Order: sequence, then structure tokens, then C-alpha cells
Amino acid sequence: MNSGRAWVFGDNVDTDVLAPGKYMKSGIDEMARHCLEAVEPGFAGSVRSGDVVVGRRNFGTGSSREQAPQALKHLGVAALVAESFAGLFYRNALNLGLPAVVCADAGRIRDGDRVRVDPEAGRIENLSTGQTLACEPIPAHLMQMLRDGGLMPHLEKRLARQRETGESRL
Amino acid sequence: MTMATQTLSQKIIARAAGRKSVAPGEIVTCRVDLAMMHDSGGPRRVKPMLEKLGAKVWDPDKIVVITDHYLPANDDESRRIIHIAREWVKEAGVTRFHDGEGICHVVLPQKGYLHPGMFVVGGDSHSPTGGAFGAYMFGVGATEMLGVLVTGEIWLKVPHTILVDWSGKLGPAVSAKDMMLALCGRLGLDGGQYQAIQYAGDAISALPMQERMTLCNMAPEVGAQTGLVAPDAVTRDFLESVGASGTDGETWQGDPGAPLLAHHRFDASTLEPQVAAPHSPANAAPIGRHAGTRIDTAYIGACTGAKIEDLRMAARVLGGRRAAAHVRFVVAPASAHDQAIAAREGTLQILVDAGAELLANSCGICAGYGDDRLGENEVAITSTARNFKGRMGAASSQVYLASPYTVAASAIAGKICDPREFFK
Ligand code: SF4
Repeated sequence: MNSGRAWVFGDNVDTDVLAPGKYMKSGIDEMARHCLEAVEPGFAGSVRSGDVVVGRRNFGTGSSREQAPQALKHLGVAALVAESFAGLFYRNALNLGLPAVVCADAGRIRDGDRVRVDPEAGRIENLSTGQTLACEPIPAHLMQMLRDGGLMPHLEKRLARQRETGESRL
Repeated sequence: MTMATQTLSQKIIARAAGRKSVAPGEIVTCRVDLAMMHDSGGPRRVKPMLEKLGAKVWDPDKIVVITDHYLPANDDESRRIIHIAREWVKEAGVTRFHDGEGICHVVLPQKGYLHPGMFVVGGDSHSPTGGAFGAYMFGVGATEMLGVLVTGEIWLKVPHTILVDWSGKLGPAVSAKDMMLALCGRLGLDGGQYQAIQYAGDAISALPMQERMTLCNMAPEVGAQTGLVAPDAVTRDFLESVGASGTDGETWQGDPGAPLLAHHRFDASTLEPQVAAPHSPANAAPIGRHAGTRIDTAYIGACTGAKIEDLRMAARVLGGRRAAAHVRFVVAPASAHDQAIAAREGTLQILVDAGAELLANSCGICAGYGDDRLGENEVAITSTARNFKGRMGAASSQVYLASPYTVAASAIAGKICDPREFFK
């Protein structure tokens, strides 16, 4: 994975600021343009493909709305790093194929640092400081899904296999 | 070897996973007994994904679809989203479709779909509301729901149980909402660690079903995967009244002495009305801290705070009084069924006489999806669950969370007001 700029946020970044209700009717393009604007107005316009969003505790708290991780992914965010994630958001991010990595040392990443996240190895390299940070491994069954690109492509594979073998149940 | 003792959550999960027992931390795959979706995270999102996969739903009889987020549908996009839900249920053979009858979490148990021991997923973060009926119910996003619709299964990391124990008796004008705000204040937004909270104790046993729903509804506000209450006679009576099956449900109980992750004790008899300041439910404090704050809007709404029990609480305070002239007092009863009861018994008239503007039986301002939103710098006190920045309108709007009692008292006073003043 290539390196990207770290965008650092605080505790409890919630789904209402990630995916504001006002744009829930709109497509993901429009939604993504307003991602995080209530707390960081320039974010959507400045974030680049391959960048990494870093939070502290309980990143993604709130709603089940999948548009929260989807908007970040749509903007090109390559990975999320936080000391902890809200459970529902964590599931949603991985289901959409967006790596979410739990790192106790997330607080050591400064806004603007260049970082490289390796979810498979459970490691973050901070190219700006030369530090390497250890992360919690993603559970094996979720890592498998992530390698497939998320739950949709994962299910596509399972369905194709089922059709080949003629199994009745997935 | 004797089997390890298990909590109620573990027992339900073990049954759904086809196992005798499960241990916290294990990852298991469960068969889903029921999947609930609303118009926002439901058909409009899963239909295109199902089509892309060329897959059918695993069992249309185990699916419930309820429209609530985009109602009233007063623009083209909302109408389109609602239309997709109406068409999709026909296509998929889903007969348990409730269109415009109210907010999903309130309609679901009213229809008798929930009973103790069930393993249920809902396409909404407040799905743990169903835990009030002794079910294990939690929220999932749309893609995960798609996985359930296709396979009938979902993975789960077996949670530890956090016991939230309320002894004593609630005082006048204090309610389940205050209990939950107090919990948010003590544990913070992530104190639940995505584990299961079980509510127990004298004060919980004394609560009617809808108040228990409020407790479970807000378990996500402390970051728990779900909240639940073990079934008892109150549960049984409610289930009988709505014609639900599974009235043998009282057999669903945790083993005495089953290991807990944490045991939090609270005393209901000393609990004061709570108010959570902007922009987090964790900013909860006894009402004295915020009393006197001038408000523009008082909103009784949402699955959390506009059920019939909630409307009654508001009416008990209002009885014959009017909202202050400068206050927009808004009431959106959580379901048509609850509104009909309120109309029949006179509760609704008390609200209307107090100057309430009635909104549809839907998510309304709580979701912040429609045009009816809070304006710039508007200060509101609401009976809803969440007050994150910008959720219900402008980023500069200020939302204080409180019980229906406190919202009603504040509507009258025109500022945040202790409802106990009306019960002296
Ligand atoms: S009323 Fe509010 S909290 Fe309840 S389901 Fe609707 S948007 Fe969510």
C-alpha cells in the first residue's frame, strides 16, 4: 500500500458529521462533498486518494448509515486508524472494503504526517517521524472478506462457488 | 463436566448458532430469526445489490419492512425512496410491510413480531430497542443486511454482559430516559464497548414495556451492541396483549452467577431529571446544571421519546397549561397506534390544547432528513436519543436531550425547567 497524508481527528467522530442527514437523499457524490464539513470544512475538497483518516476513541459512533464509511471511501481514503471504533461503524467499513485498523498509539500520528498502513501485517509506518506503530490484527474471517474487496464481492464469490458445486445453501 | 453458566445474551446467541453454549469473545455464525429494515437503509439500498448478485432473499416471512425516515414524502427524492420500498416488498414476497404506521422500533413489537429468545437484526442503530422483549437484537448497515437477506446468517463476536442494576423507586417526573442519560453521563459514549448491556433491579421490574424500550433503545448511545431486559410478567402481559407467540418466554433467563464484564449500580430513588447538553448524550448532568437556558423549540418525538407512555408523561405536566409564546412546541407521536390511544384517552387533546403542532408518525426532525430541520443557532430541548452536531439541522443549532416530562415543563416555561416543579 502506498503512503498517504494523515488527517487527524479527535474522539467520538460521529456518523452525523461523516454523513450529514441533510444529504441522505442524495447520491454518494453529493454526500461525500459534505463529509466532515461540520468539524473540518475543507476536508472533502483537500483529501487525496490514498490518504488516511485517523481518530482517537470511538470513531464512527452513532447511526447504522453506511454512507459514513462509504463517503470516506468515495473520497479516496485508503484506510482508517483509531484507538477504537464504534462497533457498528467498524463492521460497515470492513463490509465496504475500507480497512479500519485499531491502533493504541493512534494518538502519536500528527495531522499532515505521511503514513503507510498495512492492515494485513497490523502495522503503520509513519514516514514523517520514522516510527512504526503496531495495530491489532483484523480477525481472520474479516481479513478474508477485506481481501475480496468487501462483503459484496465476497458474496459474489461464494454464490459463484455455490452455483458451480450445486450446493443448496451458502 | 458441568456447562459454564451463561448470561441471557449468551443463551440466545448459542441457540441461534446451533450450539449448547458460547463463550464471550468467540466468533460465531448465527441464524437470523427476523430481519427488520426501514426505507432509508432498506429496499432502496439492498434492492440494487440483490440484483447485482442475482440473488433472492432467504426467507420473505422472516423480513419486516417499515417506512418511517422519508415520511411524509414531500419531495421527489423521498417519494422515489418510498416507492422503491413499496415495489420491492411485492417483488420479494414480503408481507410484513408497514407503510406510514410509525417508527420501525415502535411498530415492530406492537405487531407482535418480537418475543423472548429471538435473534434479530435491524437495519438501524437503535434496533436494540427489541431487547426490551428479551430478544437479542442489534443494528447493522445496508451491506451487512444484504448479507443477511441472502444467507439468513450473520457473524457475531459473542459479547460480554454488562449488568446495569437499578435499585429503588423512581421519584415523580423521573423516567427511563433520565436513567439512560445518567448512564451516558457515567459510562461515556464508548463505555459499552460493543458488548451487551442487561438492565435489572427493582426499578427495572417496575417499568412498563415502553419504558424498558427506551432503556434498550439508547444502549447504542453508550456504545453497546445491544441492551436487553430479561422477560417477566410485564413482558408476558404485553406480548399477550399484542397477540405475540412465545409466551413461554419467561423461560429465557440468564444463569445465576454467570460471569459479567462489569456491574454498574444505580439508585433510582435519588435520580434527578437529567439533561444532556450539546453535542453529546454523554454531556448528561442533573437538570440544575442547565435549568434556565432559554429554548426556541421543544420537541416530543422519535422512537426514544414519543411512544404512548412518553406522550402521557408530557400530558401529566401540561394538563391545562400552554407552551410559552416564543416556543415552537412540536409533537410527533411515534406510531399511529399510539396516537390513536392518545386520542381516545384524551392525552392528545391535552397536548394540542397546550399548543402542540402535530407532525406525522415518523422520524421527522430526529433524523434530520427532511425540510423540517432546526435553523441556525436554534436552541431545542428534545425527547430524542442523539444530539450530535448538526444531526437535526444547522451545525450551529443546539440540542439538549431530556425526558418527555422535562421537555413538556420546558415548553411551558420557555426555558429548561425542572418538571418536578409541576408535581409538588
Ligand atoms: S426516530 Fe430518530 S432515532 Fe428513532 S429510528 Fe427514527 S431517526 Fe432513528
